[in-house]
Amino acid sequence: MTSAAAAGSPVHGILATAGIVLSLVLAGWALVATLRHRAPDRAQFAGLALLELALLGLAVVALVALGGGERPGEPGAFFGYLVTVVCLPPLAWVLARMEPTRWGSAIVCAICLVTPVVVVRLQQTWEVVGG
Amino acid sequence: MAEPQATNRGPGRLLIAIYILFAIAATSRAGLQIATKFDRAPVAYLLSAAAALIYIVAAVGLARAGHAGRRTALLCCSVELVGVLGVGVLSVADRQLFPDETVWSQFGSGYGYVPLVLPILGLLWLWRTRDADR
Repeated sequence: MTSAAAAGSPVHGILATAGIVLSLVLAGWALVATLRHRAPDRAQFAGLALLELALLGLAVVALVALGGGERPGEPGAFFGYLVTVVCLPPLAWVLARMEPTRWGSAIVCAICLVTPVVVVRLQQTWEVVGG
Repeated sequence: MAEPQATNRGPGRLLIAIYILFAIAATSRAGLQIATKFDRAPVAYLLSAAAALIYIVAAVGLARAGHAGRRTALLCCSVELVGVLGVGVLSVADRQLFPDETVWSQFGSGYGYVPLVLPILGLLWLWRTRDADR
């Protein structure tokens, strides 16, 4: 049942997978920068921009599916997670810009560890729980 | 440490970032629970809302720094620590009391125990930067 639900779900797919992988790679990269006492570099900001593009793409796909009459299992939670997830990379960006030290990299790392969790929760709230 | 460090710089900024994340998580969770199923577990949901408020005020206190900001953050971190320990113990001892999850249930296990560690880190950070208050 789950695979059938996943196949029809707009938030499962290449964009979600790309977002999760990119976010984790970015978290790893930022962690290395933190341990090396490096401020957030160009690669981290480029990664955040790319991650935001993937997540915005995911949001557009989800909204198109909603426009086409599909409905998430838990609409309230789904929209909450959708809004949250597209706000996370900009939040990391702004805070990392404010903190041009190793702690800026630590902020990027922390937020990039949270983002995949939110994407997975987004996918779970699309499927009908207990269905 | 050579010079007093401001509360809202360096590691403090990372702490603020994590407080913002928890403020978002707790606020949306409490808002949704109260809006959709308040009758099911009013105590748990009001507690979620209180936790959300504390995270927001703590983040603002840390970010504003200064004497008032530090006092605010100190109060919030203390209440938060008491809250997560109290609710943690109660939720383990008597599951009927909190039929639905809150941020602080089971010492915040649903959030990787970060709710338990966060106030401790906050208090340690306030202690380490205490010279900034003078």
